Amino acid sequence: MSSLLHRSYPLFHIRKFQQGSTVRVLKILALLPLAAALSGCDFVVLAPAGDVAVQQRDLVVVSTVLMLLIVLPVMALTALFAWRYRESNTSARYEPEWDHSTQLELVIWSAPLLIIVCLGALTWMATHLLDPYRALGRIDADHPIEAQDKPLNVEVVALDWKWLFIYPEYNVATVNELAAPVDRPIRFRITASSVMNSFYIPALAGQIYAMPGMETKLHAVTNKPGVNKGFSANYSGAGFSGMHFAFHSLSAADFDKWIAGAKASGDMLGRNDYLVLERPSANEPVRRYGSVDRDLFKAIVNMCVEPGKMCTSEMMAIDAKGGLGREGLNNTLPLTYDKYARRGAVFGPEPTYVAGICSVDELKGQSEPESTVPFDTTPLRGAGLKRPPFSPANPSSTSLLLGSRPKSDS
Amino acid sequence: MFDTSLLAKAIFGRLTLDSLPLHEPIVVGTFIVVALGGITLLGAVTYFRLWGYLWREWFTTVDHKRIGIMYMILGIVMLLRGFADAIMMRLQQAIAFGGSEGYLNAHHYDQIFTAHGVIMIFFVAMPLVTGLMNYVVPLQIGARDVSFPFLNNFSFWMTVGGAVLVMISLFVGEFARTGWLAYPPLSNIGYSPDVGVDYYIWGLQVAGVGTTLSGINLICTIVKLRAPGMTMMRMPVFTWTSLCTNVLIVASFPVLTAVLALLSLDRYIGTNFFTNDFGGSPMMYVNLIWIWGHPEVYILVLPAFGIFSEVTSTFSGKRLFGYTSMVYATVVITILSYLVWLHHFFTMGSGASVNSFFGITTMIISIPTGAKMFNWLFTMYRGRIRFELPMMWTVAFMFTFVIGGMTGVLLAVPPADFVLHNSLFLIAHFHNVIIGGVVFGAFAGITYWFPKAFGFRLDPFWGKLSFWFWVVGFYFAFMPLYVLGLMGVTRRLRVFDDPSLQIWFIIAGIGAFLIFLGILSMLVQIAVSILKREALKDVTGDPWNARTLEWATSSPPPAYNFAFTPVVHDNDAWWDMKRRGYRRPLTGFKPIHMPSNTGTGVILAALATAMGFGLIWYIWWLAAVSFIGLLTVAIGHTFNYHRDYHIPADEVVRVEDARTHLLAAGAKS
Amino acid sequence: MTLAVVPPQNSEPVFYVVDEHEHPEGASTMLGFWIYLMSDCLIFAMLFATFGVLGGNYAAGPAPKDLFDLPLVAVNTSMLLLSSITYGFAMLAMEKSRVGAMQAWLVITGLFGLAFISIELFEFAHMIHEGATPQRSAFLSSFFTLVGTHGLHVTFGLVWLVTLMVQVARYGLIEANRRRLTCLSMFWHFLDVVWIGVFTFVYLMGMLR
Repeated sequence: MSSLLHRSYPLFHIRKFQQGSTVRVLKILALLPLAAALSGCDFVVLAPAGDVAVQQRDLVVVSTVLMLLIVLPVMALTALFAWRYRESNTSARYEPEWDHSTQLELVIWSAPLLIIVCLGALTWMATHLLDPYRALGRIDADHPIEAQDKPLNVEVVALDWKWLFIYPEYNVATVNELAAPVDRPIRFRITASSVMNSFYIPALAGQIYAMPGMETKLHAVTNKPGVNKGFSANYSGAGFSGMHFAFHSLSAADFDKWIAGAKASGDMLGRNDYLVLERPSANEPVRRYGSVDRDLFKAIVNMCVEPGKMCTSEMMAIDAKGGLGREGLNNTLPLTYDKYARRGAVFGPEPTYVAGICSVDELKGQSEPESTVPFDTTPLRGAGLKRPPFSPANPSSTSLLLGSRPKSDS
Repeated sequence: MFDTSLLAKAIFGRLTLDSLPLHEPIVVGTFIVVALGGITLLGAVTYFRLWGYLWREWFTTVDHKRIGIMYMILGIVMLLRGFADAIMMRLQQAIAFGGSEGYLNAHHYDQIFTAHGVIMIFFVAMPLVTGLMNYVVPLQIGARDVSFPFLNNFSFWMTVGGAVLVMISLFVGEFARTGWLAYPPLSNIGYSPDVGVDYYIWGLQVAGVGTTLSGINLICTIVKLRAPGMTMMRMPVFTWTSLCTNVLIVASFPVLTAVLALLSLDRYIGTNFFTNDFGGSPMMYVNLIWIWGHPEVYILVLPAFGIFSEVTSTFSGKRLFGYTSMVYATVVITILSYLVWLHHFFTMGSGASVNSFFGITTMIISIPTGAKMFNWLFTMYRGRIRFELPMMWTVAFMFTFVIGGMTGVLLAVPPADFVLHNSLFLIAHFHNVIIGGVVFGAFAGITYWFPKAFGFRLDPFWGKLSFWFWVVGFYFAFMPLYVLGLMGVTRRLRVFDDPSLQIWFIIAGIGAFLIFLGILSMLVQIAVSILKREALKDVTGDPWNARTLEWATSSPPPAYNFAFTPVVHDNDAWWDMKRRGYRRPLTGFKPIHMPSNTGTGVILAALATAMGFGLIWYIWWLAAVSFIGLLTVAIGHTFNYHRDYHIPADEVVRVEDARTHLLAAGAKS
Repeated sequence: MTLAVVPPQNSEPVFYVVDEHEHPEGASTMLGFWIYLMSDCLIFAMLFATFGVLGGNYAAGPAPKDLFDLPLVAVNTSMLLLSSITYGFAMLAMEKSRVGAMQAWLVITGLFGLAFISIELFEFAHMIHEGATPQRSAFLSSFFTLVGTHGLHVTFGLVWLVTLMVQVARYGLIEANRRRLTCLSMFWHFLDVVWIGVFTFVYLMGMLR
């Protein structure tokens, strides 16, 4: 499986810069104040529990250090010049006509340029390697993905103002509670029911927007058992402040227990239940559903949970073939319910929706299973990005800053 | 009953007594205070019989200097409103812990953070920047006025009209509850059916017209009206940055106009641009608004860069280091600012290549910005720096802005942005650059050019007090937000669970209070300076021993700015004149051709505001009447062909002689 | 503008203009109007972009080929193009200071413009009557907005045209009026260019979609 490892070292180039001991000292120094602060508060962005967030943290720190290379001298020079050339210091040189120096100009343009070249290269690599749409290449710094690491699928829906999580493999769903086993890749498919939200568990991985009618993806893994906070990071209306949930990282056994617990609840989340659930409400308690309509998520993404409404996937397929012609003008029906109240624009007609037409899927009574690839095995080759030239034999210490990252949790 | 309600609907649209927020004690209290203050002010103006004077000399003026001053007053008044919002937010976030709901409900709190953003950007930062450009640019290039003086007056009053609409929303109805950029679908009719978003739309549309026209005006002024000898590469840096800013305005505000128009179509007639259904695309809005929104940031900060350039070189008693690279840096920033908009939504799922492209273009902007920073640094090098207030603001800017720049570049790294986007870290970052850059720049500019505008300096004691309150307050208010961002706290939250966060919000609240003291000191400073104006008087017209043309004329300058149009031989034209023994012309004055005042701008803007109000409340007759009025007055105005007059030579002689006496008296004493 | 009468070899440099000609009024009007047109162009650019993005989203409704009546639009286009030509003739007459001829050409321009607006309104009314309203799909929203915005501009141009004709009749071909006529001429041709874009991207390419 060695080829899989190509994708797992986002910061390997930097790793090379960092062979020098000076850089190592620098990074330890940079972490000192953080370490001091960490003792008091929960700097979750700087000390996350999931491997993706760890790599993002590393990137934050490395970029900061890189920029401090130029920011600190500028600040020092500002202080120095302001002091040295103050009016009362008549012993300092005064050259009122001196306004140009080609050498200096070269330096002041090239110094920031060099930093940005480094940072730009780093950005290009890191952005591709930490793309939330890419399947993971490693569980953590020491463990590449193995064939048996089948990802856990979770479907996430941002509702007004609560989170719905569906576990398609287990046929359970929860509201405002998310659980995942440690060291198993998680594949989130994310959407929203009405307005834009952002799905964010700082301890796990960076955020990604949850948007109605669209699906976004996030790949992540958690490495430490514990409870972390997740929430919406994009303001979505009155109940926004209460739109958070607990994210439980559980051991495999505990996770199975948790699933069994959810199954035991016996509640069923069908389409009609969903339509009730999606109505606006704030500060919702945790809820569990023992079974879920298997196509619910697909229907939510395509905004056709309501019976008789045309799915956007179908609509887009029709549009790609040139629409439904003039006959399509009249295939709209008045909307019986819209999220807040029945309303439309003042000069517009009453709100309507496009009526669905009988689809093949429905006739067959099933949807085709989604083709899932366990993980993408091709090495990353974004434009301009070379195949990573490292040997997979040494998968340790890819975490730049904490070569000494505690390994106990893996 | 049925009939009366229909009639009421026809007359008042959806405006009813329930629209007045009588159930919100805070709003009612504010209204009482504002009403009492307003009545006092209006009463005083009436008592002292100032209406005629204000109307003739100020409201209808086409003099760029007076319009500039009015922009500054607008900016400062709106700063008080915007800051009141800020301190309310800080208070709410400092107390809403451990089950406490704080003192603001969601309906009120969500309006406050939206209003704060909108007001601070559109009605504080923009007027301050536009006001300074309006006042200074024609003087710096040796012109008598701007290219289109009437348009200038009209632009100002349109900006006021937008501000008035936003202020009305405080007491009649409500403001948007969407965040300052009003992303759909939340801002669309389905999720925001109330008047808030309509206030937002029409406030910005009315003000946006003014901004665009003022941009066109200043570009023409700079391109066409420069004094002889002032080639492009001899323009003062502030004029250069103003030119670039106005190019940005003209090339970006139409985008805002268009996107808000599309949003209003969605809201009024039910089109499907940004809806979820019927093929609409909310992300289209996000793209379009940021295509305006990112250049907007540079619209604000470029003039500030210009101010710092002028101030550094004046108070270091030295030519600006690297003038050419400064100019090119400005131009590069202008162009690049259009290529970075996507960095505001890396997290919306664009592909990695798109994200890294926009991340890297963003970083590239830091190169010319860094070069500018070094240019200021090396202007100080081997200078004789006088730490007057403008220079103090500049040094504070240099320290503060590099931090903001650094965190900005950090946020431009997409994977880093994934963990910091929409967090308080982001809030800290953009306040870091906007306060540290734009606000400090505006204050530097105000203290620098105040003696030019009024003939006396601002009191340095209260100024320094204000400076220290602002700078210390800024660090107290925003460094905790960086910390909170790293703790994963997101923006726009109203209540919190985690009690360990509270201490940071309290520190930030203290910082906001310090800034409040800074603003207070600034108001006291202005009052004290007016009282002590004799002691602070400057008769030379050049109190700072400065370098550019605006200091060549008297303070305050006469209506015609320069009795004779100056001829420029050097970048630092006035410095050059002083050095080579320039003697003020004392005879040979001629009549001067000037534009005359007109009230049309005020009337047009008032009608536009009324139309906006009618559209917001669905009062269709008001909208229609105002629109027809707008058209009629505008067409009527074009039938007036006599828009100018000559200042007689005698008058010029009298003014210039008075100055000669003053200068002589000043030289003796 | 002549500089001060100091001879150049004199050591004292010239610091101000002694003999200043009056600034001709409206010296920057052309530049200003150009910049305004470019800002307006940007609004159209946004609407074109919106149409480009949303123009294929028919929401299972009708597509351009179901709705557009190309011969009618071709007639419409020729109306606008002809109005541009006649405006050109008006400007030529203005150059020769022939007020009567110029006014006549302006009337013809206005009539062509009016015809254009009428045909466009007829087209819109027809579509709306059939149910193809701006609310039906994002494609129709962006279509009506783009074409309608252009139509509004032409309407505004017509109001302006009438105003100018009255002003020329009352005050003659004075300098200010000539300048205004030139501005309107630029505006009118600008709308023509935009329409060519609309005709190509919306109608012709729409039919090919």
